[in-house]
Amino acid sequence: MSGLAMPKPDDATMRRRDEIVADMRIIVPGEGVVDAANAMRAFESDGLTAYRQLPLVVVLPETVAQVSRVLKYCNDRNIRVVPRGSGTSLSGGALPLEDAVLLVMSRFNRILEIDFPNRVVVVQPGVTNLGITTAVEQEGFYYAPDPSSQIACSIGGNVAENSGGVHCLKYGLTANNVLGIEMVLMNGEVVRLGGSHLDAEGYDLLGVMTGSEGLLGVVTEVTVRILKKPETARALLIGFPTSEQGGQCVADIIGAGIIPGGMEMMDRPAIHAAEDFVHAGYPLDVEALLIVELDGPGVEVDHLITAVEAIAIRNGSTTCRISQSEQERLSFWAGRKAAFPAVGRISPDYYCMDGTIPRKELPRVLAGMRELSEKYGLGVANVFHAGDGNLHPLILYDANVPGELDKAESFGADILRLCVKVGGVLTGEHGVGVEKRDLMPEMFNQIDLDQQMRVKCAFDPNHLLNPGKVFPQLRRCAELGRMHISGGKLPFPDIPRF
Amino acid sequence: MTTFTPTTSDEVLSTVAWAVAEESPLEILGHGSKRGIGRPLQTEHTLDLSKLTGVTLYEPAELVLSAKAGTPLAEIERLLAENGQQLAFEPMDYGPLLGGEPGKGTIGGVLAANLSGPRRLKAGAARDHILGINVVSGRGEAFKSGGRVVKNVTGYDMSKLMANSWGTLAVFTDVTFKVLPAAETEVTLAIRGLLDDAAASAMALALGCSAEVSSAAHLPERIAARVAGGTLGSDAATLLRVEGFGPSVAYRIAALKTLFANAGPLQEISGEASRLIWRDVRDIRPFADGSEKPVWRVSMTPSQGHQMVLTLRMQAAVSAFYDWQGGLVWLRMEEGDPEAALLRGLLRKHGGGHATLVRAAPAHRAAVPVFEPQAPHLAALSARLKAEFDPKAILNPGRMAPGVGSATLGIAT
Repeated sequence: MSGLAMPKPDDATMRRRDEIVADMRIIVPGEGVVDAANAMRAFESDGLTAYRQLPLVVVLPETVAQVSRVLKYCNDRNIRVVPRGSGTSLSGGALPLEDAVLLVMSRFNRILEIDFPNRVVVVQPGVTNLGITTAVEQEGFYYAPDPSSQIACSIGGNVAENSGGVHCLKYGLTANNVLGIEMVLMNGEVVRLGGSHLDAEGYDLLGVMTGSEGLLGVVTEVTVRILKKPETARALLIGFPTSEQGGQCVADIIGAGIIPGGMEMMDRPAIHAAEDFVHAGYPLDVEALLIVELDGPGVEVDHLITAVEAIAIRNGSTTCRISQSEQERLSFWAGRKAAFPAVGRISPDYYCMDGTIPRKELPRVLAGMRELSEKYGLGVANVFHAGDGNLHPLILYDANVPGELDKAESFGADILRLCVKVGGVLTGEHGVGVEKRDLMPEMFNQIDLDQQMRVKCAFDPNHLLNPGKVFPQLRRCAELGRMHISGGKLPFPDIPRF
Repeated sequence: MTTFTPTTSDEVLSTVAWAVAEESPLEILGHGSKRGIGRPLQTEHTLDLSKLTGVTLYEPAELVLSAKAGTPLAEIERLLAENGQQLAFEPMDYGPLLGGEPGKGTIGGVLAANLSGPRRLKAGAARDHILGINVVSGRGEAFKSGGRVVKNVTGYDMSKLMANSWGTLAVFTDVTFKVLPAAETEVTLAIRGLLDDAAASAMALALGCSAEVSSAAHLPERIAARVAGGTLGSDAATLLRVEGFGPSVAYRIAALKTLFANAGPLQEISGEASRLIWRDVRDIRPFADGSEKPVWRVSMTPSQGHQMVLTLRMQAAVSAFYDWQGGLVWLRMEEGDPEAALLRGLLRKHGGGHATLVRAAPAHRAAVPVFEPQAPHLAALSARLKAEFDPKAILNPGRMAPGVGSATLGIAT
């Protein structure tokens, strides 16, 4: 679709498909190799369903040794590999390639160790995000990052995407909550980073692996930190006549030294769609609706609720409800959590974007979006992680109307350009994948991109692992390694030196 | 022997580009407050960033601050404090330990050494707060990564890769950090007189309850007397710090007091006295003795820390104290030998981790791997990464590991 160019399939690999499938069956015996087209159909796309492609073959290994052998086999024969967790990526990170082995990690689904005294859990990468919390909640613990797909998404995929969630303002992203991983490099080598201790002994490879979108290595084990559940949580539901007032309220809350557990904003179209769908009791006469959740000991929560309420009133809120029960708190969230399907009800299709902006630019970006909405003739609803400036505009379109998908994509690209223009970034938590790949030059120049690709060269010099994702143009590592040295003269002869 | 002192990013770029063309290695320096850490360098030239200064962006409501890499940390902390904010990861000061002046160090050095402090348990280290960088690689090219927003997954997180790189991958020109509100109130609960193993259990219990303890340290007998001007006395002190809004801190301290009612004598320390204790724990004051006795920083599984020390004591004379619930062990080797092989062997037997020789005479630093040696595949990966950033080994060659790039240039290792 939309002229997305993927790496040209390798003829030699395509010709040897039968042989490769047979060899995969030797490495992963039993049910772990899927090569029939109808059975592979289940893997042809991830959460970005507009893009579909059948892989060469689907392989579901069960052991680290199998992962290592598959990767080494493919590396030796120049065969591409696309790793996949639960396939919930919203950016096409797990989109198969026609000539690539799709390495599905879902059978790595065991919890290996729960260590309450040190508050760490060691899991295999196919364990779901919520599965970790489920395993420790009887002792009152939980795993903090909570992407909205947490019931399905795998922790290995969370590492690949550096997933966030509504609580990450206070509790951090995946990168701040993962202490260690075991991974397999494309050449089959098994490498361990970190563990149940803190920080790296050398370069922070764990930091660069987190959010690397499956391009550097295949994660086979993850050590995460768990936290004690807060004693209580209460929320405020605050409506404002303008988005400026809502934005100022957020700034003032933070200015008062308060970091809420969650702080979400919705604009009028999103409020209406959500209210029509779940009847959460949202006010319909406001332009911006803010949900602020405070968590911690009851005495702290009560103290901060009062403070936030005062800030809201000072900023001209027209409605401010405070949850008086757990049920009421959940009802405040019900509309926000159902925002995506709610928008799905008012439009045949929607396209979810993921830019981040400096918060103060919100009114300008919303105004820009309204202009773009008119220009493209497509509606847009906004949900916004207000605390950290992460916007999720939902562009409304109808895929059955010829040209509308292209229009929606162009609209989305323009929104992301606007985000970058005001000092923001292309993606806050969904990843670049294939979706935003060709927009990377909006944020990075060629030198920036080349240096990122050189990181790739240290891990996978033949560009075999998940190629065609993240980088708009692949350059050979030999070419990237060349030095361009310009003379030996100091262009600034007047630099002070002693 | 030339020292270059650029005042702009462009001058940094041209200096590094020149050094690359000349194949002439540079020592990268801020204030030099951590110059004594790592293998001793023998470079012909020095790139001194201490004049590349200035806060270029600070928006308290957006929780973001950008500065030139040579900006003094003290200046940034002052500015943040004026606005009720802080670097929540509490970067430590190696100055006192290494015989330097306290309060030195640049914001670039904070990232290069991935500094943190007692709040590491709750708030992370420099790596967890860096949002964006502008740097010059050892290829003589300026590049950027990240941005000024907290949530960003656009491209690889090269900013984190710079954390703990000790000037061996790139020269930083600009860094952008997330900043956070400073806590309104801080109170420390000290449990007195515990032995190391009882202290480890107490700290695990404290961190596993909902009192949101932000720091947990254990100062064994006599060590306790060497912080905060001796105000703690010499009995062992197991320290639990609680921070936040007044009513919440009072409630949580009360909860901890109930939890530890029978653990030993309890002592409540608040405000400035508490801050002083944690500053001294952070800055390893108990071992800031003006000597060159080897000091190790060991990061390991918290519950294993005191057990490893117990075994180590059977074979070497050591002084030890613990931060991070016992997962950060500071060790002073009393007989002058670093005992690197012994220590690292025991560390492997106690759940792994890493030991860094943060203070030692130059001869020891040249002979003993200062940073924890890595497993072969990981070491090879790190060396390949170094080569992708600094193929001619211009930047701090050999500081982190011998032979990484330096042999080809014939530099004594």
